Amino acid sequence: MKELFIEALTDNLDSVLAFVDEQLEATECSMKIQMQIDLAVEEIFVNIANYAYDPETGPATVRVDVAPDGTVVTITFVDNGVPYDPLAKADPDITLPAEQREIGGLGIFLVKKNMDDVSYEYVNGSNILTLKKGLRSEKK
Amino acid sequence: MNIEKIKDSDKLTLKIEGRIDTKTAPEFDETVKSSLDGISSLIIDLKETAYISSAGLRVLLIAQKQMNKQGEMKIINVSEDIMEIFEVTGFSDILTIA
Repeated sequence: MKELFIEALTDNLDSVLAFVDEQLEATECSMKIQMQIDLAVEEIFVNIANYAYDPETGPATVRVDVAPDGTVVTITFVDNGVPYDPLAKADPDITLPAEQREIGGLGIFLVKKNMDDVSYEYVNGSNILTLKKGLRSEKK
Repeated sequence: MNIEKIKDSDKLTLKIEGRIDTKTAPEFDETVKSSLDGISSLIIDLKETAYISSAGLRVLLIAQKQMNKQGEMKIINVSEDIMEIFEVTGFSDILTIA
């Protein structure tokens, strides 16, 4: 298990992605799966950077845990900002025409769609969001 | 991300090279907003686009809404992986993908 302690700033997104990709490299997962994971990591980290400590900034921890057999990765985000469960938000209506579509609101939805499992808990003043993704087969 | 703009009277092509993410989407947004005056046909070429996140989808939606008022917009050269993102978000129904 590897951990990155970093200030929750959008400017640090590239560092977070580089850290996650470095851990994924050893697993030899497909480019597609890596893209799906990068996408989820971006959406979650940017959410924390934008809202957790607004209008200030604060720390975030990104934990990457690849199963010993290399088939599953678990990525955990921890922040000490305002309690916020991103999963509580209703999914956007993806059948609406362009005119009625809200600008935004798709980030968390994409995370849910691209990961095998997403869970949230608030423990001892920390928001803990956990993503799980199989690295061998592609989610249908 | 790099954006190539090719204008032919009222027709504009934007070729997006690289990643459209939270950090690069504002530039894409700026380019779209500042380039659509008098344009009736907008083509967005994603041939060299490796990645798009919700920040990029947001810009495509803004562009599509604007072009619905003044002409048409087409997205070309969409990779399989990006197509899948368009499909899960229902963007494949909103956008014209050629």
